[in-house]
Amino acid sequence: MVVWQLAAMALGHGGLFLSTPVQTLQALAVQFPTAQFWHRIAFSALRILAGFVLALVGGLVLGAAGARWHTVRVLLGPPMQLIRAMPVASFVILALLWVSSANLSVVVSFTHVLPVIYAGVMGGIADTDPQLLEMARVYRLPLSKRLRYIWLPGVFPSLSESCIAAMGMCWKSGVSAEVIGLPDHSVGDALYRAKITLSTPDVFAWTLVIVLLSALLSAVAARGLRWLKTRLCGEVKAP
Amino acid sequence: MSIVVEHLEKRFGSRTVLRDFSLQVNGPLVIMGPSGCGKTTLLRILMGLESPDEGTVTGVERVGAVFQENRLCPQLTAAGNIVLTGGDPQNAEAELRALGFGDKDLALPSVRLSGGQKRRAALLRALLCPQAGTLLLDEPFTGMDAELVAQAAGTIRRLAGERDTVLVTHDENAAALLGWPVVQMHPYQDS
Repeated sequence: MVVWQLAAMALGHGGLFLSTPVQTLQALAVQFPTAQFWHRIAFSALRILAGFVLALVGGLVLGAAGARWHTVRVLLGPPMQLIRAMPVASFVILALLWVSSANLSVVVSFTHVLPVIYAGVMGGIADTDPQLLEMARVYRLPLSKRLRYIWLPGVFPSLSESCIAAMGMCWKSGVSAEVIGLPDHSVGDALYRAKITLSTPDVFAWTLVIVLLSALLSAVAARGLRWLKTRLCGEVKAP
Repeated sequence: MSIVVEHLEKRFGSRTVLRDFSLQVNGPLVIMGPSGCGKTTLLRILMGLESPDEGTVTGVERVGAVFQENRLCPQLTAAGNIVLTGGDPQNAEAELRALGFGDKDLALPSVRLSGGQKRRAALLRALLCPQAGTLLLDEPFTGMDAELVAQAAGTIRRLAGERDTVLVTHDENAAALLGWPVVQMHPYQDS
């Protein structure tokens, strides 16, 4: 904070090129009580989280299919690599041809998170203890028990890491999409407006909001996944 | 029903582990033999985890198994692992207590149990599996001291009953405590 304050003071021009922490917090304090501020956050968060949830479901299904069938793995490999390598901006411009700008962040966060979750699920399945799987085979455990007590605990560590990383990624890609697509009432739109009006403290304030939301939701995702693991893979209940 | 193993042969690459091995199991049985003589390979064939290159195996029912490794679900308690394969929870707890588990041990996930406790849990999982008509126990006394071996041998004798059981051990005292017929296996050597 001190370095930031000193750097902003050194650059001068009233924080035009680098706003001070105080200016940033003041800009945030002005926005914070307004309905528009919360409306923008809700608008963006809902769409970005929808993209994340869709990617989670898709990644689980495709990852499981990829781990089970070699053909699926071979077919999905190139598109997953392509999506990973593609710049967000290129994908946003293409996606604007297919969907409205209001739903752009759903599509962009979905496509950028899907390969991460897919790789996490595949990695988790590969890490599942083969000795436990043999035990399940010998004891003829039903599929539901194998899934719950062997596969899920095996997949969870890798899936959790992927989800936490993906949560940060989907915010970055989702807001980038909004800055290009400019859907009304979005965080990306607010960021863009702050930039074109040279309101640097607002740019910093919105960036701070995005970083905080991303960190908060990553923490919530991590905690939620731990809770889910305990609930799903915990002690066996007597029949 | 008895297990009949006829003219079994198993090779791993150029190494022959079992050659023209035949055995009939009618009730409980102990197999003893030096390391590398094919005891574990024989059990894995009986479990259906390895296919023989030649020969046949018939009469193996649903299996309750103790593997070379404990193979317990690490997040579950010892009783949880037994219940997972169909064991009765009250019975599981009582048998675990009889083999030295205290309240604290019963509450721990199996990943935090000692090696000997894990072995006892793995043993009881096999013995208490209600559907298991065949028991295949690979070195079930590993990590147990003499007193526990005696207790475990008593538990095995009581719970195995007349089921077809193949117990592999190198512990002559344990074999004597069980009082079951003993078959000696010898390593196959190319002549």
